[in-house]
Amino acid sequence: MLRLRGRSRPFLPVLLLIVAVVAAVPLVTGNPSMREELFFMLLLVTLATSVNVITGYTGYVSFGHIVFFGLGGYGAFWLMQALGVHFLVAAVLGVIPAVLVAAVVGAAVLRLRGAYFALATLGILEATKAFMTNFDPAGGAVGLSFNFSIYAQYGGAKSAAELAYVFMALVALAAIAASYLVRHAKFGLALMTIREDQDAAVVLGIDPARTKVAAFVISAVFPALAGAAFFFKNGIIEPGSAFDLTRSIESLVMVVLGGVGTVAGPVIGAAVYEWLRGFLITSPALASFQLTIAGVLLLVVVLFATSGLVGVLRARFPAVREWLE
Amino acid sequence: MSALLALRGVTVAFGGLVAVDDVSFDVEEGSITGLIGPNGAGKSTVFNAVNGVYRPRAGSILFDGRDIVGMPSQRIARLGIARAHQVVRPLTDLTVLDNVTVGACFGRDGLGLAAGRRRAAGVLEQLGLADRASQPAGSLNVAQKKRLELARAVAAGPRLLLADEVLAGLNPHEVDEMLGVFASIRDAGVTILMIEHLMQAVMHLSDQVVVLDYGRLIAVGTPAEVQADPAVVEAYLGDPRAAERLMADEP
Amino acid sequence: MNLGALLPSAIDGLLLGFVYGLAAMGLTLIFGVTRVVNLAHGQMIAMGMFVVLAVASGAGLNPYVGVLLAAVVGLAAGVVIYVVAVDRVINAPELTTLLATFAVNLIIIGTATTLLTTSPRAVDVDMGALRSGGVTVLGTHLVAVVIAVAAAGALYAFLFRTRLGKSIRAVAADRAAAELMGINSRRMLALAFGLGTALAMTAGALLATLFSFNVLSGGTYETKSFVIVVLGGLGNPTGALIGGLIIGLLEGVTAVVIPVSWVPVIEYAVFVLILLVRPRGLLGSRQ
Repeated sequence: MLRLRGRSRPFLPVLLLIVAVVAAVPLVTGNPSMREELFFMLLLVTLATSVNVITGYTGYVSFGHIVFFGLGGYGAFWLMQALGVHFLVAAVLGVIPAVLVAAVVGAAVLRLRGAYFALATLGILEATKAFMTNFDPAGGAVGLSFNFSIYAQYGGAKSAAELAYVFMALVALAAIAASYLVRHAKFGLALMTIREDQDAAVVLGIDPARTKVAAFVISAVFPALAGAAFFFKNGIIEPGSAFDLTRSIESLVMVVLGGVGTVAGPVIGAAVYEWLRGFLITSPALASFQLTIAGVLLLVVVLFATSGLVGVLRARFPAVREWLE
Repeated sequence: MSALLALRGVTVAFGGLVAVDDVSFDVEEGSITGLIGPNGAGKSTVFNAVNGVYRPRAGSILFDGRDIVGMPSQRIARLGIARAHQVVRPLTDLTVLDNVTVGACFGRDGLGLAAGRRRAAGVLEQLGLADRASQPAGSLNVAQKKRLELARAVAAGPRLLLADEVLAGLNPHEVDEMLGVFASIRDAGVTILMIEHLMQAVMHLSDQVVVLDYGRLIAVGTPAEVQADPAVVEAYLGDPRAAERLMADEP
Repeated sequence: MNLGALLPSAIDGLLLGFVYGLAAMGLTLIFGVTRVVNLAHGQMIAMGMFVVLAVASGAGLNPYVGVLLAAVVGLAAGVVIYVVAVDRVINAPELTTLLATFAVNLIIIGTATTLLTTSPRAVDVDMGALRSGGVTVLGTHLVAVVIAVAAAGALYAFLFRTRLGKSIRAVAADRAAAELMGINSRRMLALAFGLGTALAMTAGALLATLFSFNVLSGGTYETKSFVIVVLGGLGNPTGALIGGLIIGLLEGVTAVVIPVSWVPVIEYAVFVLILLVRPRGLLGSRQ
């Protein structure tokens, strides 16, 4: 009798719990510098987890992923600054421009394959950045900034920062949950089939265009929300930091480091990446060589451990397999 | 019983090359039809036209009375036409079970994931692949991959199964087993259109045989009628061994 | 809008386009033969600039010697990069090779920034100027064009007239078939990569004779190369050269007509549009 592999281990709740507990620490201890670090870490987790949906599950390498972060950031920021909208409402509404771009431009661009798609997303990112640099209603090259009095409605700058932090933590948790749900749903199976062999997928009854666009849209929602939180806390947004190509590529690095196409991979990858970076920056001897070391590590992972840390752990510790995917 | 599939004057051309030339035939529901012909006769092209990979330059293809020419392949799959390809395309990094589950989830029956997995498990038992269910599909040998290809098509719950040289490369024992599988698929209500080069198998199993040569239909009829048709023999005289096999009625 | 400035700007842009085209040829050659997008391309260009600096300021020699040296160093560097970072994963999916070359990019940036710092550099080259009818063309620009054309010509001669070049083209067309014919595809891939980086470094070297630069200057030229490569057709060196001219001309013309800051917007919009409307580029890709 064929035993079907069911979900016998509560993988998702455990992962979410770990992330939630870690995120809760600075709130409980009231440690602002740890809160700052974890804020950034949670942002990276969100970016890596969301890009994994289009790159890991569907196999479409997106260089332009950060464009959704910038669009969400700008959308929400403008609403808060120009119209005095409350952060939470602005963040949700800020998702709209990101989702529109993902759906409309995505539909056109997802017809391309491989390197062509990757380059096209790069073009979209750079075009958006160049455009926003010239777009005066959004502040042009200088961008937009808050009048500090805006934070009053949240009980002051510190409370606003805490609000942004809690929001970011929730977004990260939601992104992980969404990633898990996608992977274990029929939809995820369709994505992976498209990744393996799109032409076979079509003959099997999968609609590639609609499926890919849906994946792209899903991958756009979470960075947009994260962007709203990030720039709300910073109080200033400008094209360079909103549409930073390096950050886009970093999300890919984190995904590969942790394990492409897995749920835990991007989370682990983001955590390890950020820890490494913090370590390199603070160690005086290594600081100037930071990028070089990062490059060497990335190369080692890419050449010798293509299934990332998750793959390595699963291979060396079979007991872990049911707990880590 | 009416024809489940009807080709009317189907012509498929690539620039100046006419691969399928004004071909018409019916496939009755619940039957097994063999599609034979020398190499390059256009048999796989007919399959490609039926499941929407190529668009015919002329003619219509009626599936259950409905013209499906121009329909995208994924829609045709959902209408109930499934295909086992000659050049197998397993989804190598997915498990054998997942491969077949894809068929079950996105084919005609469009099952949910859990139901799809259950049906996939059942089909794997039927095709003798159950013990390899959790292995990656890439690890199977060629004969097993062919069975996986068939399993994936069957799991979709199709009304019409296009089987493209599923028996190629199998030893006589395996061929016998597979013929039994085909019979049981037919008995479950699935109509089968099969391309084969194994003459004795085709003649033994088919209710009707369609013969193509250079893209043209040169004979249609029962196995006996087709075997006796001089035009068919002549087409195969280019390959005397095939002609011999055609004329001999080996069990 | 200053029409009087249009002609000289357009000419200048066109001349610059030759150098852009040379760089893009390197990128497209690598892609056409190895199917790898070299994300270290920009750094190769930047390194070419520094070779000229070392030769001119360090050794006190004629900067154009540096251009020649850059080509040689570029060839060696490319082969090494291929063997160390790319060869092992040559058949892996895109993400792997993209990140492999990106890793090399990081390594080079990191090392270069540490050793050379990001201070701006310049090489003084005076080749006079050509004046005609109110239009002034700098000698350095003309020399750059001549060298770029010569390099492109040398590449073509190599690819189409020599046995080694034909082997590379065979590998580009069909690696498996080439191997069956006895060609060592690994060596050809390494050589193609090396030629590609050689072209990039040569272009960088030429740019050093025209503009000031720093360690991070490669970035903008890299994205420009992507635009050109897509415009001309991925894998098509002639397309890259012509694409370079088009982009150079476009830059020259638009800089006079619209504010300079809008030029990137136009470039990237064209880029995305080409990918959507005619992904094979103007001249068709070699795939």
